[in-house]
Amino acid sequence: MAVILPKGTKAPDFTLPVTPDQSLSLHEFAGRRVILAFYPADWSPVCSDQMSLYNHVLPEFRRHGAELLGISVDGAWCHQAFARDRNLHFALLSDFEPKGAVSRSYGAYRNQDGFSERALFVIDEHGTIVWSYLSPIAVNPGADGILDALETLPPLEKNDGTAKNPSHVG
Amino acid sequence: MARLRIPVTSADHVIGNDDAPVTLVEYGDYQCPYCGAAHPIVKQILARHGNNLRFVFRHFPLVEMHPLAEPAAETAEFADSHEQFWQMHDAIYTNQRSLSIALLIALAANLDLSTIELRDALASHRFLPKIQADFAGGVRSGVNGTPTFFINGVRFDRPLGAAGLPAAIDATLQDRGVATEANPPRNVTVLVQDGLPPDRRPGGQMFQQRRG
Repeated sequence: MAVILPKGTKAPDFTLPVTPDQSLSLHEFAGRRVILAFYPADWSPVCSDQMSLYNHVLPEFRRHGAELLGISVDGAWCHQAFARDRNLHFALLSDFEPKGAVSRSYGAYRNQDGFSERALFVIDEHGTIVWSYLSPIAVNPGADGILDALETLPPLEKNDGTAKNPSHVG
Repeated sequence: MARLRIPVTSADHVIGNDDAPVTLVEYGDYQCPYCGAAHPIVKQILARHGNNLRFVFRHFPLVEMHPLAEPAAETAEFADSHEQFWQMHDAIYTNQRSLSIALLIALAANLDLSTIELRDALASHRFLPKIQADFAGGVRSGVNGTPTFFINGVRFDRPLGAAGLPAAIDATLQDRGVATEANPPRNVTVLVQDGLPPDRRPGGQMFQQRRG
């Protein structure tokens, strides 16, 4: 298994296609929290694959002030079809060319297979990795680890200057 | 190892004694075919282990994929408010392949529940908060799909899925020193093919009458 970037590391910046004609960069999320979910491939043949599960947990992630980005080596057109089919409400980034380059920079690429590991990173508002986890490739890691990590972070200062405490919402 | 973080309480749907040596908790979705396939397996386990097993069902509807999972869960909760949760639970899984709002209404009628009250409950989402609470608790416990089972609080992660449950339950009982063969089975119908008598099936005589 790969060695993924550990807690405390500066998250490497990247720019990747998010649709066939648009791209997204990590630095655009400065001041906000980001969850990066690297995964092997679109179209897992089960009802409750990892991305579909996260789709249902999105409101919880957002309550903690975090945006979710899914990343695999699938092409932007493939991501578009997959996101439509599963009704996904978050961005899927295409680590397609040069293939797996961003996955490699996070230590989350499987050379022997040619696709990304199932690896999770929580990045804080300063662009630092505060939690990372590498799951066995066949095991959907669920969302509990991500939520635990988000809960350890101090309340995020909102733009209007008021602090919100996510654990007391809802 | 993922563990159940939300303890079983009187707010749960429970079959069996609180002092049973094994507690099996399922997080399930009424429109998920894998949950439908697990349903008769759970029924068999319940029949086999009698008072040695406590079974708990919690909702985990994947609504983006299964638009009928939520109304189905709301219908089960509605039936629960009339103390018929398990009857509705069995009826929904047994008829899962023809799941629709019309079917849910018909199943309520077959249990002599008010279909007008059910329509109101579905429209107002009266029972949705409990379902959402089940879902949120499941996520925190590491539920990563449906069905997810916990045996005595530990997530059951086996490649065979529910098919591997009977052996895992047997092993847990043996660990606890319970001789499973010696215990008489509870009076539960094994291998339910259809929860409804012939005249109450959709298309059957009773269904036609009640619908009209």
